Amino acid sequence: MKFITISGPPSSGKTSVILKVIESYKLQNQRCGVVKFDCLLTEDDKLYETKGIPVKKGLSGGLCPDHYFVSNVEACVEWGIELGLDLLISESAGLCNRCSPHIRGVTAVCVIDNLSGVNTPKKIGPMLKFADIVVITKGDIVSQAEREVFASRVKVVNPRAVIMHVNGITGQGAFELATVLNDTEDIDTLKGKQLRFSMPAALCSYCLGETRIGDAYQMGNVKKMDF
Amino acid sequence: MKDFLSLSIANLLNEYIFVYDFLDSYDLKLKDDELSKSFREFFDSLDEDKLEEKGLSIDLLKEQFVNFMNAMTADADTIEELESITIVGGVNKYGEPENVELTIRKGEVICIVGPTGSGKSRLLADIEWLAQKDTPTRRQILINGKVPDKKRRFSIDHKMVAQLSQNMNFVMDLTVEEFVRMHAESRLIENADEKVSAIIDEANKLAGEQFQANTPVTSLSGGQSRALMIADTAILSRSPIILIDEIENAGIDRKKALELLVKEEKIVLMATHDPILALMGDRRLVIKNGGISKIIEVSEEERQHLPYLQALDEKLVSLRNQIRNGEILNE
Repeated sequence: MKFITISGPPSSGKTSVILKVIESYKLQNQRCGVVKFDCLLTEDDKLYETKGIPVKKGLSGGLCPDHYFVSNVEACVEWGIELGLDLLISESAGLCNRCSPHIRGVTAVCVIDNLSGVNTPKKIGPMLKFADIVVITKGDIVSQAEREVFASRVKVVNPRAVIMHVNGITGQGAFELATVLNDTEDIDTLKGKQLRFSMPAALCSYCLGETRIGDAYQMGNVKKMDF
Repeated sequence: MKDFLSLSIANLLNEYIFVYDFLDSYDLKLKDDELSKSFREFFDSLDEDKLEEKGLSIDLLKEQFVNFMNAMTADADTIEELESITIVGGVNKYGEPENVELTIRKGEVICIVGPTGSGKSRLLADIEWLAQKDTPTRRQILINGKVPDKKRRFSIDHKMVAQLSQNMNFVMDLTVEEFVRMHAESRLIENADEKVSAIIDEANKLAGEQFQANTPVTSLSGGQSRALMIADTAILSRSPIILIDEIENAGIDRKKALELLVKEEKIVLMATHDPILALMGDRRLVIKNGGISKIIEVSEEERQHLPYLQALDEKLVSLRNQIRNGEILNE
């Protein structure tokens, strides 16, 4: 089974892009499934279901979504293999810009949109900077100039990536993205594989439910601002 | 290939202005006494813990820097200039052959006609993707009569098609001048000032109502926005093909707009059903059932309708202006 991680800021168009890519795969009689990671709530699983796409939903709730992702992703792959899928896509929102759900040896896609502003590429960390493919969405509503500037800023922070424009509404570019994703190699398990970059850390009193403010209540991995 | 990590920082900054973009994007600050160092020495002197907080490490930074320098210096010269594209026909959605081989040269204006859903977008996507019989239509796109270099598909600096359509907006809050300058700077061209003023001049020639360099782009009228987008794309976009999705006949001189694009040696593909624009083109591609069903050469005979259509058009514009000026229509 092929396995791909797709991540990107909230509302950047991940689900729309994935739906269009899967439409392309369906034409080639390939069976695709999706694992959707989110925090508190997602309705996207229903979108996938109505299209007849097998979907699993994982909500991290009170945990760091990245840590939740990495603790569950191996089981997701097992689930996909059991279902006999040809392709499994993991979709997760990069909720803090330091998120880094990409795995070595697994094709990593980052979705960002033109509307997020030209300074966004440099604000996003490993999720964008170490992705193999960067998909830029919502190009149909901004000017050609803004599209070109945005793409060139993505190239500055991730010169190695394949940069593609996909329109999540019309599907323009989705066939091409599917072609590129098809080069991914099959995997049997994620056991023993490594993340491309360490995840953001937190281990302090607030992780354990502390709510009071003040130095006396802060223990563990605490970081202070310079004044 | 140069060993970018070993060269002195001062020399690199001097030779390649885009090194500043890299430093800026990774929030790296150089002190004066570091300029004589190499980037290897500079990266090695950084605090690994601080980098990790940002999702970086010294090794990754070195790797990204080398990738960046190679990508920025390799481009431009290795890919040949486009003179023509050729669309070698594939099949329509019923699998029937298109039986066409169409070559379009720089400066030509081609109209694409056909109802919604007929396959216009797929044709443009085939061109953008440089299809090599590997898309649902099995079409093949040649550049200068030859199978194009594979690199072109993924090079953002050689994107084939620039798009202009009705529903595009400026989303940035900058003045016209700042906006165009930002675009020029992203292209790393040397004569940015010249280009910026040329674009504003040309845009004002196209726009019905004039605007200033210090006008915020978000307060331009629909016609002024389109005029600026067309002038900017004509002069600054590297894409050799411009796709125009209809030009609404309001607040912009459409004939001059096309002339500007032709003068800048663009191939203009226009999805339009407007008879005036259609007659301004050289040829019309008729799309039906997902395939190119016909190519119509615009004849002199057909073009004879142009003066009549333009007179009608002018009439309508003058009536519109009367309404705008609060006058009473008198005829």
